[in-house]
Amino acid sequence: MSSRVEILNDGGYRSDGRKQYELRDITIDLTPRGSADGSATITHGLTEVLVEVFGPREAKVRSQTMHDRALINVEVSLLPFSASERRKRSRGDKRVLELAAAIKSTFEPVVQTSIYPRSEIDIFVHVLQQDGGLLQAGINATTLALITAGIPMIDFVCAVTGGVYSTSPLLDLTTLEENDTPNVTVAIMPRTKKVTLVSMETRLHVDRFGDVFKLACEAGAVLHQEMKVAVESRTRKLVGAMETGPSIAIPGAERGDRDVYMEDNMNDDF
Amino acid sequence: MVEITIRKRPRTEAVVTQRKFFKKTARGKVIKVLRERYLRNDVGCGIQGCSICSSGSQSPPLPSKGGSDHTSFPNGHFVVPDTNVFLSQMDLIESPTFNPPIILLQTVLEEVRHRSFPLYKRLGALVKADDKRIWVFYNELCSDTAVVRNEDETPNDRNDRGIRKATAWYNTHISLSHPPIRDQPRQPIPVATLLTDDAANRKKAEQEGFSCLSVRKYVEGMKNADSLLDTIAVGDNDIEPTKAAMKQRIYPEYLPLSALVAGVKGGQLHQGNFLQNQYNYLEGSVNVSSYDKPILLLGRENMNRAVQGDIVAVEILPESEWKAPTDEVVDQDATLKNDDADESEEEGEDVEAAAEKKLVGSDSSERRHSERQPTGRVVGIIKRNWRSYVCHIDKGSFNESSHALQTVFATPVSRLLPRIRLRTRQAPTLISQKFLVNIDRWDSSSRYPDGHFVRALGKIEDKATEQESILLEYGIPYRPFGQAILDCLPPEGDKWVVPPKQPGNPAWRDREDLRDVIICSIDPPGCQDIDDALHAKMLPNGNIEAGVHIADVSHFVHPDTPMDSEAASRGTTVYLVDKRIDMLPSLLGTNLCSLRPFVERLAFSVIWELSPDAEIVNVRFTKSVIASKAAFTYEEAQIRKDDPKRTDELTQSIRLLNSLAIKLKAGRMAAGALNLASPEVKIQMDSSEASEPIDVEQKALRETNSLVEEFMLLANISVARKIEEAFPNTAVLRRHLPPAPSRFDNLKDMLKKCKGFSLDVSSSKALADSLDKCIDPTEPKFNTLVRILTTRCLQAAEYFCSGNEGRDTFGHYGLASPIYTHFTSPIRRYADVLAHRQLSAAISYAPLHPSLHSKSHITQVLQVVNQRHTSAQMASRGSVDFYVTLALKGRAQRGKVIEDAYVTRTYQNGLAVFVHKLGITGIVTFDKGKTEFDAENYCIKFPSSVTGGKGEVTIAVFSKVSVHIEVEQDKNTQRGKTKMTLVHPVDSTHL
Ligand SMILES: [Zn+2]
Repeated sequence: MSSRVEILNDGGYRSDGRKQYELRDITIDLTPRGSADGSATITHGLTEVLVEVFGPREAKVRSQTMHDRALINVEVSLLPFSASERRKRSRGDKRVLELAAAIKSTFEPVVQTSIYPRSEIDIFVHVLQQDGGLLQAGINATTLALITAGIPMIDFVCAVTGGVYSTSPLLDLTTLEENDTPNVTVAIMPRTKKVTLVSMETRLHVDRFGDVFKLACEAGAVLHQEMKVAVESRTRKLVGAMETGPSIAIPGAERGDRDVYMEDNMNDDF
Repeated sequence: MVEITIRKRPRTEAVVTQRKFFKKTARGKVIKVLRERYLRNDVGCGIQGCSICSSGSQSPPLPSKGGSDHTSFPNGHFVVPDTNVFLSQMDLIESPTFNPPIILLQTVLEEVRHRSFPLYKRLGALVKADDKRIWVFYNELCSDTAVVRNEDETPNDRNDRGIRKATAWYNTHISLSHPPIRDQPRQPIPVATLLTDDAANRKKAEQEGFSCLSVRKYVEGMKNADSLLDTIAVGDNDIEPTKAAMKQRIYPEYLPLSALVAGVKGGQLHQGNFLQNQYNYLEGSVNVSSYDKPILLLGRENMNRAVQGDIVAVEILPESEWKAPTDEVVDQDATLKNDDADESEEEGEDVEAAAEKKLVGSDSSERRHSERQPTGRVVGIIKRNWRSYVCHIDKGSFNESSHALQTVFATPVSRLLPRIRLRTRQAPTLISQKFLVNIDRWDSSSRYPDGHFVRALGKIEDKATEQESILLEYGIPYRPFGQAILDCLPPEGDKWVVPPKQPGNPAWRDREDLRDVIICSIDPPGCQDIDDALHAKMLPNGNIEAGVHIADVSHFVHPDTPMDSEAASRGTTVYLVDKRIDMLPSLLGTNLCSLRPFVERLAFSVIWELSPDAEIVNVRFTKSVIASKAAFTYEEAQIRKDDPKRTDELTQSIRLLNSLAIKLKAGRMAAGALNLASPEVKIQMDSSEASEPIDVEQKALRETNSLVEEFMLLANISVARKIEEAFPNTAVLRRHLPPAPSRFDNLKDMLKKCKGFSLDVSSSKALADSLDKCIDPTEPKFNTLVRILTTRCLQAAEYFCSGNEGRDTFGHYGLASPIYTHFTSPIRRYADVLAHRQLSAAISYAPLHPSLHSKSHITQVLQVVNQRHTSAQMASRGSVDFYVTLALKGRAQRGKVIEDAYVTRTYQNGLAVFVHKLGITGIVTFDKGKTEFDAENYCIKFPSSVTGGKGEVTIAVFSKVSVHIEVEQDKNTQRGKTKMTLVHPVDSTHL
């Protein structure tokens, strides 16, 4: 008991020096890697997730092919040294499967799959380092990777974790905080203000839930601004490169920007 | 709406802000720890009117000019103490006259937290206290003061450097916030001074160019230095090195903690709580899990500086050295009276050591072989549990007329503690005073522990002094309720009434209107906090409706409020003979929650339909509004019930309740409930202002006592079932574990040999039955005595969280109930408040607060409540004992006090006797040489030469004797003690 760190001290500071409603430092890297059609690396504090998107491409497994829309596959891999205990999680691990299922169900209604019948979109989520908010980072990186792959979506999806320490809500939890507080991950679509995912692994008291939920939605909008700026600056660079340098076809570049970014620009009222 | 921002962390700061390290866990696993730290530039300095920091809405606690009453700092100052100052000088810091503005650094606060949680709690209370000026500066989060451990630095050095950096920052910050004004001489500005007893650290501070003082130096410069200097704890640098080097080792050195932990894990060492023998200061014991019987520690060398309550590691001695516990009474005061406080290591040592050898030595032939216990020696202390001790000064240990600094002995009030050596200037003024002392350390070269004076409590035998010292001795919080707590009370104060019954009124939501039901309360005389009331009426179908109505405390006390946390930490109301220390503010306890007659009150009701045989047909729970029709004492209710002329509804209902209670009790007894006895006496006072108690008398038990008891038990059991069903993981329950049969070995053997009775302890039913058979027609009190002794063998009942224990261990042994909780006294017990909250969630009246879903939270709260419960009982007993002693003193002035008593234990040189009428146990001692002790048969033979013509007399356990009781004051310590001598069958005055 005495050796444990205080989640929120009397001065109003959390164990890492943040206040209740401060989100961790966020960095976004959208540089293309390997053969992936789109990729994004996002860090929330020390949590780091890389997502690669392949597709839309022809479905490999016949039996799963859908005639009216594209199939979304999500695979999650945790680097063995990403968490505090060095442990290899197999692909069949329950936690890994849950994470993949949550990401898949979040994006199925958002990606305009009907444009690509009989094809599939493969999303590979690589967790490089974990310090809380895994689902949050996974969703945010997937949004960005899908955008860079040029896959049309009806909106961004931005996710944030929220927790309650005693009666005080906290946002964007570290592992330490996740272990010690009831918490929830909320994913929103900022433009339509719709909520696409609410995920709870712990019990959260119903009276507190309302507060945290509202805060997490607002925080999602704050994250959206960050993500939008990253996408915009990438587009600016690409456009610049196309105007000045030799034209190199970057897969997915034009499509992505046109479909999502444009749409987003028209609704700047959020 | 709150502002949500992203905390950006510049990449360049990564060294300071990011930490990755590998750590090996207790199980040997290597884990990677990732920590991030966000440095800020908005951490406030806490100084009023600072021109740099924005202070927000609250006014910070540090005065802008600093503290002005110190001779070294004419321009004002702030104190920045290091960690050790808080760890070793908390009494100084807590002293009401020590009041400089203090800057408490986060580094220091966290170190205190890791080193000692109790001290951390005390410090936390000080930070919040109105009369202290302490600001917590989060230096580890401030970008100007955060430090990173260098490669060649120990964590300690890193912290010291951080503390120095923060102190230097304050000095810079203060001068920056006082910019020079043009054409004016620079105004004097206060300084921040580092307070540390680490000489090396002071030297570094000097080099870095800011002020730095030792605690002693600092206090010496204060205006009220004299009274504070005594409260400074003894530090290492207080001993002159030459003398220390000369001192020789008296006790074996302790093994390092790592070796202890490894030893306990490996099974070579055993860990347990050290318990001092009450009657023999040279003997202690430790209960360890791997042995049935406690490990005996014989002699001070084997006890090796362990103090009552310490968690120690012991090594078991070879079986050939195992022994039975001593049968001797050894009084520390008498044996050690010649020790000199100053030079105790050299003088008197030989005599005493010889005496000790004799006592713990090899006379095993006399000892009962069958009772041999493992013996051991303490090889290290896992955790000290030292607290503040109420002490007397030992007059023999110093020069009474000198006001110079002297070394004196303080004798703790508790007989379980060693004398404490302390240095003080005020020795003469402490004579016939009680005062608080803290132990600082106990070196292997020192016969006695060293301590320091904390504060005086007042004159011995003064009511207020005795009251406070009892409260302090048992660690009972007794401060008046603070404003934050009083603010939680209803704003209407004592004008609060149950609001009128109107639809939509929140107080009436889901409440049953029971105002017309004939409800009454039955309590002891003078009861002000009425928790419970009852009713009963016949139903048309021949069954009976009975109801228990409990004060609806949870309507007023809400979770997560200052009042709730205060009640949780008090745990229970404490009843002293002349004072009640409430768990809840008295507006609630004795007024708004108290179910007084003729007023409407909110209640939580348990209502049963019972068959005429008192079987439960149906039970329901509901919040209600009641209006009690009468508040009876047990006696009044009894008289009313027995008066055949009375046929009114109220009397009928009491009769109905009584007839059911008789059946309920019979049912419980048949199931094996124990009918136990504990010595309960009542102090008769003339009036509340009276100075002398009039008399001591036994508490009378009437039928109506049992009436109330049966229905409270029934309510508690019904509620326990309900909340356990609703919250199987977190229900607040109470249980009484069955005792280990070996605990009865001694009592069984004594009963068999001296009285020819056998005690069957195989189950509570068997025990109850065999207790019923222990009847000596010539001694009507004998059965009660056996029940009292049986009670002493049982474990204490305890609160627990249902999710922590196996379902098969929920049972209450004494009540023979498979499940039990406390629901019926929420005004005075905190566990009941929790049970109320869980019950109201179980009936969907109110959602359950998240903290009551948390097993760890409940476990933690109940741990405190259990502990408080025990100390409250001990304090009550202590208070009764004090008044019994006073009453005895009064009676002794009017004539010799002679009372009947029963022998409960025999020693080589004495008898333990229990005086039934006064509820006290005493020791009669006599010279070993003149009597013959038969350990095997628990008796002492007095040869005809000493019986004064009565021939040979044998006194055994359970014998009835008469004793002469005197109260005498120890010449040295002025401590009052009851002295008993035998009058009948033998006069032991000259033995
Ligand atoms: Zn300032």
